[in-house]
Amino acid sequence: MAKAAESSGEPGTTSPRPLFAGLSDISISQDIPVEGEITIPMRSHIREFDSSTLNESVQNTIMRDLKAVGKKFMHVLYPRKSNTLLRDWDLWGPLILCVTLALMLQRSSVDSEKDGGPQFAEVFVIVWFGAVTITLNSKLLGGNISFFQSLCVLGYCILPLTVAMLVCRLVLLAEQGPINFMVRLFVVIVMFTWSIVASTAFLADSQPPNRKALAIYPVFLFYFVISWMILTFTPQ
Amino acid sequence: MATTAAPAGGARSGAGPEWGGFEENIQGGGSAVIDMENMDDTSGSSFEDMGELHQRLREEEVDADAAAAEEEDGEFLGMKGFKGQLSRQVADQMWQAGKRQASRAFSLYANIDILRPYFDVEPAQVRSRLLESMIPIKMVNFPQKIAGELYGPLMLVFTLVAILLHGMKTSDTIIREGTLMGTAIGTCFGYWLGVSSFIYFLAYLCNAQITMLQMLALLGYGLFGHCIVLFITYNIHLHALFYLFWLLVGGLSTLRMVAVLVSRTVGPTQRLLLCGTLAALHMLFLLYLHFAYHKVVEGILDTLEGPNIPPMQRVPRDIPAALPAARLPATVLNATAKAVMVTLQSH
Repeated sequence: MAKAAESSGEPGTTSPRPLFAGLSDISISQDIPVEGEITIPMRSHIREFDSSTLNESVQNTIMRDLKAVGKKFMHVLYPRKSNTLLRDWDLWGPLILCVTLALMLQRSSVDSEKDGGPQFAEVFVIVWFGAVTITLNSKLLGGNISFFQSLCVLGYCILPLTVAMLVCRLVLLAEQGPINFMVRLFVVIVMFTWSIVASTAFLADSQPPNRKALAIYPVFLFYFVISWMILTFTPQ
Repeated sequence: MATTAAPAGGARSGAGPEWGGFEENIQGGGSAVIDMENMDDTSGSSFEDMGELHQRLREEEVDADAAAAEEEDGEFLGMKGFKGQLSRQVADQMWQAGKRQASRAFSLYANIDILRPYFDVEPAQVRSRLLESMIPIKMVNFPQKIAGELYGPLMLVFTLVAILLHGMKTSDTIIREGTLMGTAIGTCFGYWLGVSSFIYFLAYLCNAQITMLQMLALLGYGLFGHCIVLFITYNIHLHALFYLFWLLVGGLSTLRMVAVLVSRTVGPTQRLLLCGTLAALHMLFLLYLHFAYHKVVEGILDTLEGPNIPPMQRVPRDIPAALPAARLPATVLNATAKAVMVTLQSH
């Protein structure tokens, strides 16, 4: 290769020039074609791996994702100290829960001929920006949890509050009165506590032990605001 | 052809190894190299030459100089078939260099670790600072210490937002929680950031020894008094009680902030200006939150749904001020019970 470089350089000059030094360096870059040939088969090899999941049917993909989401729902409903939510995090579950919650909180405005759009967007924004703020806070306090893992946990722990929302909607179909309100209050308080316990079980381990309270307090505020929105929801 | 090829080849070969070396410098973590290359007003260092060569190289590639490139390649490597691969490799390496620069700039500016030292607190510290924010210190002869942390103030602002929402919901039925949420967040954060900046600007004019971070922390902890007052008076709607708490609790937290600022300012006029402004803004904000904020909220709701709900549910109950002290507790209980019943009935 060096010979080829020398021959392609200045023909007929044998005196040493700085150009030779440059040429010899360029001769190293003459490995480029060889590199290229070596890397190209590698690329196609990787592409073959990708196509193994690309080629499966859509139903398989959806069922696989739904099963993963369902498994994580079970982990939230029965919170144990486990790593499942943290290890394979995904944001499908939080998205489904957030959209469901926002849709259910929106219905009242549609009934009263107001534009229900902003309310959906507000709930969406509150949930996601609240989760982002809590994540940033826990990272800044010294937690060793990644950004998306924390978003995943906080999103999944909205599940009890979504269940509370469903129950409240059903209860509101009955006759309204103080008993109605008491029942809904009780349900929302229980689910609020469940959300906090579930998120604490997953998040507390990632914080330094003496700062757990500092990291949990904003989670408390976040779920408090969501619970308050659910409790004071009245279909007109 | 030899002469034309030589300088071009020289430029290429000159750029090549230096360019390759440039790559190695990036890998070595020399961010200075990248910055110098991107700056327009580089001093006459060799990096500037490399930057220019890099730029010229890029332009050469971008221009449809296929013939010259082909000629150069032909001259250079002696095999025309490598032209495509060389240009692809060149493009690939420039893409890598650009990507590395972008990710480095991103990690430099979007790094939240800049804020990490301000969140380095223990729960015991936060608790003690919350209590201290209500205790004015008389020692104004030398500057008092202000803890420069942002966790406490941020959490207090969020708590104030939550309390404002809670207060709105105990008054009446809410349809558009969203707009009210936005208003609450905007009010609280706007007050904290806006008034801090304004007082910092005044402090700069009055030559006070305080930094922006310390001002943010001071005002943030001053909101603790507001949180307490609003939490109590949103549940017990009694004007006299509110005025009492406004003076007592609000006054204490304002006095604390004023004492700290006085200890850091020299000169009576400056002290008066700075502390008078802060005291006025702080106390008036609490008044606004209790009274006018309700009106703003009701204004929003009125425009949305029309005033078809009896006013008793909407306005904080007015207890006649001229009432003998003995009957006050009973009146308070009656008023609270009425408020609860009305709230229950409305649901």
